[in-house]
Amino acid sequence: MSATIIKVAGPLVVASGMRQAKMYEVVRVAKERLVGEVIELHGDTASIQVYEETSGVRPGEPVELTGQTLSVDLAPGLLTSIFDGIQRPLEQIEEKAGSPFISRGIDVPGLNRKTLWDFRPSVSVGTAVSAGDVLGTVQETTLIEHRVMVPPNMEGVVHSIESGKKTIEDVIAMITTADGKNVPVTMLQKWPIRIARPVKGKLVSTEILATGMRILDTLFPMAKGGAGAIPGPFGAGKTVTQQSLAKYCNAQVIIYIGCGERGNEMTEVLTEFPHLIDPNSGEPLMKRTVLIANTSNMPVAAREASVYTGITIAEYYRDMGYDVALMADSTSRWAEAMREMSGRLEEMPGEEGYPAYLGSRTAGFYERAGSVSCLGAGDRKGSLSVIGAISPPGGDFSEPVTQNTLRVTKVFWALDARLAYKRHFPAINWLQSYTLYAENLSATFGRTIAEDFMKNRERALTILQQENKLEEIVRLVGTDSLSPKEQMILETARMIREDFLFQNAYDPVDAYTSIKKQYRILRAIFRFADAAVPVIEQEDFEFQKLRSLPIKDEIAKAHLYPETEIQKFDTLETMIDESVRSLMITA
Amino acid sequence: MSLSAYKTVKSISGPLLMVEGVNDVAYDELCDITLPNGEHRVGKVLESRKGLAIVQLFEPSQGLKTEGTTVRFLGRTFQFGVSEDMLGRIFSGSGEPIDGGPKILPEKRVDINGYPINPASREFPDDFIQTGISTIDVLNTLVRGQKLPIFSGAGLPHSKLAAQIARQARVLTKKDVESQGAEVGEEEDGKFAVVFAAMGVTFEEAQFFQQEFEKTGALTRAVLFLNTADNPVVERIATPRLALTVAEYLAYEKDYHVTVILTDMTNYCEALREVSAARKEVPGRRGYPGYMYTDLATIYERAGRIRGRKGSITQIPILTMPEDDVTHPIPDLTGYITEGQIRQDRSLHQKGIYPPVIPMGSLSRLKGKAQGEGKTREDHSGMDAQLTACYARGVEVRELAVILGESSLNETDKAYLAFASAFETEFIKQGEQENRSIYDSLRIGWKLLSLVPRSELKRVKSAHIDKYMPKK
Repeated sequence: MSATIIKVAGPLVVASGMRQAKMYEVVRVAKERLVGEVIELHGDTASIQVYEETSGVRPGEPVELTGQTLSVDLAPGLLTSIFDGIQRPLEQIEEKAGSPFISRGIDVPGLNRKTLWDFRPSVSVGTAVSAGDVLGTVQETTLIEHRVMVPPNMEGVVHSIESGKKTIEDVIAMITTADGKNVPVTMLQKWPIRIARPVKGKLVSTEILATGMRILDTLFPMAKGGAGAIPGPFGAGKTVTQQSLAKYCNAQVIIYIGCGERGNEMTEVLTEFPHLIDPNSGEPLMKRTVLIANTSNMPVAAREASVYTGITIAEYYRDMGYDVALMADSTSRWAEAMREMSGRLEEMPGEEGYPAYLGSRTAGFYERAGSVSCLGAGDRKGSLSVIGAISPPGGDFSEPVTQNTLRVTKVFWALDARLAYKRHFPAINWLQSYTLYAENLSATFGRTIAEDFMKNRERALTILQQENKLEEIVRLVGTDSLSPKEQMILETARMIREDFLFQNAYDPVDAYTSIKKQYRILRAIFRFADAAVPVIEQEDFEFQKLRSLPIKDEIAKAHLYPETEIQKFDTLETMIDESVRSLMITA
Repeated sequence: MSLSAYKTVKSISGPLLMVEGVNDVAYDELCDITLPNGEHRVGKVLESRKGLAIVQLFEPSQGLKTEGTTVRFLGRTFQFGVSEDMLGRIFSGSGEPIDGGPKILPEKRVDINGYPINPASREFPDDFIQTGISTIDVLNTLVRGQKLPIFSGAGLPHSKLAAQIARQARVLTKKDVESQGAEVGEEEDGKFAVVFAAMGVTFEEAQFFQQEFEKTGALTRAVLFLNTADNPVVERIATPRLALTVAEYLAYEKDYHVTVILTDMTNYCEALREVSAARKEVPGRRGYPGYMYTDLATIYERAGRIRGRKGSITQIPILTMPEDDVTHPIPDLTGYITEGQIRQDRSLHQKGIYPPVIPMGSLSRLKGKAQGEGKTREDHSGMDAQLTACYARGVEVRELAVILGESSLNETDKAYLAFASAFETEFIKQGEQENRSIYDSLRIGWKLLSLVPRSELKRVKSAHIDKYMPKK
């Protein structure tokens, strides 16, 4: 009996005659051959989640088994592309559909099969190779050299290898395996998206994922290969923060997943990235970026797949030995897609209607992050950092998606609507946020930036906490009742907030600050605070005088000093000393 | 494609019909239901199985019987005939003309669900729309192709505000920008249309819009869909989709710049909840279905611009927040989809300030690209950030003054207090007919900023202070 549809309800299709099907097998549904995936089996009926709109599909239509699990194409050509949730290039969809609207049943391969790439072998005939070994390279973009690797689960001796212009399906090498067979190898690898790519082992990372954002790098730094969460209510700046990270973080390859978010935002990334210059390399940002866009009005099941598609591509570049950063905006939409499918399968709901496996799926996703020792010879090291945005309903962090994510991420950047209302950006709450990487990174900061970097960081955090306590007192009794020392804490905290933490993502100079410069700005603020100690201790000192010192305006401008003129901070510090000293009443 | 009729209605509950013995109807297929007395109703297939179809009515189930009711499956999805002649016409919430005019001869029949716009085919919206309202133009700049809802509460003047925006909105011409508004009045290029959809609003409110359009002569270039409070609830599910189908046709095929006003989205969501409850689905927060985010997205995302097409769709949905609670699922999910929101505030309204748009909580995500040199003026984005920051501080100080007394404030705080009051009465407050150019609004902004000590102005560039701040 051939497989036929017996029920259609939204993205869920049930078919009978599916005894041959396996879990997570890709199937083609109905006459239009819509892409679907088997997610439940009962005897000979299978539940299928369909990645395209099912309007018009009727019982009795055929279902076709493909024998494959949902996989992505991995080969040169990924960078600079924009894909939908199941790796169909959106530009080709537009071409094939002949319309700006996404219609159904469009079958386009993930990667172009005709583009010629200049393959340069890096091993010679007779070399013994195993999974992960680099066979040769292709200059994929001006920024990234694509390393063509021996696919996982393969081992043998290179029988032949050819250089020159090749498509991704051309045979570039033959490998003689242990049983004496010659196996052809192409540049194209396929990998099932729900299975993590193998590595030799995981490592503890001591490298900083520099982002150019002052509050992140200095106060709540993340390690390369780390996992972080950015939860926040709408309007608090999740997307702006994610985009800033994609633009300025010092990873070599960026995977940006727009999962169930706004269409115009993806368009913004698409129009902006080709023109933006990467501060670390001087090349357009698009050359190191892969975009995955499954906007909120695109089919919900493909949204569920999009994060896996993204992370598999990310792992592939990690395996080449690159530092990869993946941004998923927003993982709440991914969780909701799971909830929707679970509801249609009539599964027993867990918290707030989410399926009971929400926690394990979330953990499984974030665990694919990490700093690793790659498969293959040459001791390559790669890292995959994952930063997931969360959109908690009503901005309430106690909801299941936030809580399940916090259990598996080590960096928590809490966005705060109240800060956003005051136009304090990035609206990251310094009292709620935390990082668990500070200790691992402490030595790196000390070595590469300054000995006392971590000391300054802790001092800043302490002052901000003290400010919070003092503000409660001020609210009750006013500023006048505070001691000069306490007033100084408030003043320093204010400078940290306004002159250091506040950062304008739209200002070309302000958008990116190197960690070295961040350190100098903070040091200048503390220089001021330290110089003021003897001044405020004078009897009957009028605090207002200190507050209105013109040098404070200069400190406020320090964040706009060009990166190339770090020496300006030396002058600034001398000026601070002189200016504050002028308030000493000399006997 | 059997145009078969079935008389096998097994059960009717709320807006849902179970039809037995049906084998091959398509999901989402449209059906025509004939009552024993000859009346017709429209529905669509929500779930199709071997031997059973679940049909959702778009009209009330009153008078329906399990016996004698005939269901005909029409072999196509819900399509709507669209035409340029629809301009100037009024339709019911299910798309029937109700103004006594002739039937529409459709130029094209289109699926009301539309198709998602390919993100790679979109054009990023960056044309500044001057609404003539200071709080929107300066602080929450509206952009052509944006979806910017008004978050309101019961009894707040959201209709007036939406009507004022629809009436005054225009894109600045190059000449306007160069002359800084000195030569306002030049007509801009292009064709304009308003598509208005009312869902479950009162008769008065629907009348208000109708008269408003008539008064200003805008009715000839408007298409109205009216589902008032006494019309069937389930019809509301189709109403915004019909409106957007017409809007898409006008924008992307007939080159119109279309403003779509949808009011009130809260009623739409309630209708959605009703259908979901009737289907006995697992409810999400507050009983709303778990797929409400996706469902709302299929409405809101139908705004924007497309590369190579002249027209655009700008959406201004209105929703009333139950108990003014922004964390309620309806405003919450809306805020996650739309590109910002204009929030109305009850305490401002009680002070007699119109429009009661509160800067805290209002936001336009697309404003960055529409502010500044070439679009409006170089000092615009700095002014935006500075006014909002000053006002937020002023409000804080005001709360402090209530506890401690005004006399205990220091000079700076007193300045902020004065700023906050002046900001409310001079900047936020304006007349219902008052159409301020962006340059007037900026001028008021600079005047207000002069109340605050210069050392506090960290968000505006000092060169701009020298250039634009009125000299004392």
